[in-house]
Amino acid sequence: MTGLTSLTGLGLTPLLTGVEVTFWVCAVAAIAGAIGVVTSSKPVYSALSLALVMLALAVIYASLEAGFLFAVQIIVYTGAVLMLFLFVIMLVGVSSREALVDTLRGHRLAACLAGVGLVVLLALAVGQAVTAPAVGLADATAVAGGNVEGLAQLVFHRYVVAFEATAALLITAAVAAMVLAHPKRLKPKPDQSLRLRRRVEAYAEQGVHPGAKPSSGVFARHNSVATPALLPDGSVAPESISDTVASRVQVADPSQLALPLAQTLAAIEGRPGSGPVDSEDSDDSDDDLAEDLVDDPAEDAAEDPRPGPAEDSAEDLTDGSAEDPATPASPTVPDPPLTPDSPLSPDPAGPDQEGGSDD
Amino acid sequence: MTDLYLVLAVILFSVGLVGFLIRRNALIIFMSIELMLNASNLVLVSMSHVHGVLDGQVAAFFVMVVAAAEVVIGLSIIVTIFRARRSTSVDNEILLKG
Repeated sequence: MTGLTSLTGLGLTPLLTGVEVTFWVCAVAAIAGAIGVVTSSKPVYSALSLALVMLALAVIYASLEAGFLFAVQIIVYTGAVLMLFLFVIMLVGVSSREALVDTLRGHRLAACLAGVGLVVLLALAVGQAVTAPAVGLADATAVAGGNVEGLAQLVFHRYVVAFEATAALLITAAVAAMVLAHPKRLKPKPDQSLRLRRRVEAYAEQGVHPGAKPSSGVFARHNSVATPALLPDGSVAPESISDTVASRVQVADPSQLALPLAQTLAAIEGRPGSGPVDSEDSDDSDDDLAEDLVDDPAEDAAEDPRPGPAEDSAEDLTDGSAEDPATPASPTVPDPPLTPDSPLSPDPAGPDQEGGSDD
Repeated sequence: MTDLYLVLAVILFSVGLVGFLIRRNALIIFMSIELMLNASNLVLVSMSHVHGVLDGQVAAFFVMVVAAAEVVIGLSIIVTIFRARRSTSVDNEILLKG
């Protein structure tokens, strides 16, 4: 500024001042950004163009001796408001494009004509205006001791009522945003006693087992949650698999789980001189399956929601021993995937436990 | 030079108005309103500079505060509508018809 006054004191006028350079650079950026806001097809591009406009305006504010507004424009607008916009765009969906078909015929054309008309009207009004050369804010800020101090004196003296109203406005906006953002719960949240009551009601009316669901299958080579527990008839217990795993179709094939057992048993049976093999006394590779065969009927039959599991297993036992001529020498050894109706190893504790669980 | 700031503000305001009229996405309509508010702020600040008093800057400051509060409310309304209708297009909001 001192350089400028010394130049004018010598009777010289500068061709171009820093303020003018700032204006032309920032005006071009601001107009380009504004057109980008309006014409971008994606909301994200519009928000970023709006950031360009706001930053350009902030620089123009700084060149107009409004240092406080320069900072507030960047912090509040570019920092807070635009980030809020971007948050909502991410929430609503980045890829949401709007339909390009006019719902009103000639709507766009009329809107553009209205915009051009407004530009002409306001530009004529501005052109008709008589403006004095800018006084500048040097005197006004020098009285208060700075831009921020001058603004503070105005805000806390002359405009203190408006400032208090602003506080009320901001509080109201914050409360309203919380109320709007809080979704209403359609039903009361079920607590533990309600869930237990529902479980017992389901057991009384539909016979759904009220206890815990069966755990996933544990075999010698597989014990992940994707391994299904097998029912007494060798089929998969559907409740032993999480719905998430089942919906991804990542459940292990039960026939593959039983395959090593079947191979081992076939090898044992094919061995010359070997008699009927009791599952309890078989060698190491069979131990896991023997345990499965012993454990699963009791566990799965207890969890079995079908009516009358005791009758089923009893039928299986008699049917299997009568109808399965392929393995007459080893009635205790099942082949679950191939013959689902074949019997499992008889468990003397099974019917007792089933009776107890039904009570 | 003073006229140039006003002309810039006029252009920004008009672009914001056209955007408000032709766009159907509620978010972009909202950004156009912000653009118009910024144009009015530019007039206030430049006139404050012309007249040599700080009142214009105070007014611009209050406009910014009101704009911030308005953005909070408006965006939460948009989110609420989106939650109910799965759309932010203002053409779909016909349930408010009497």
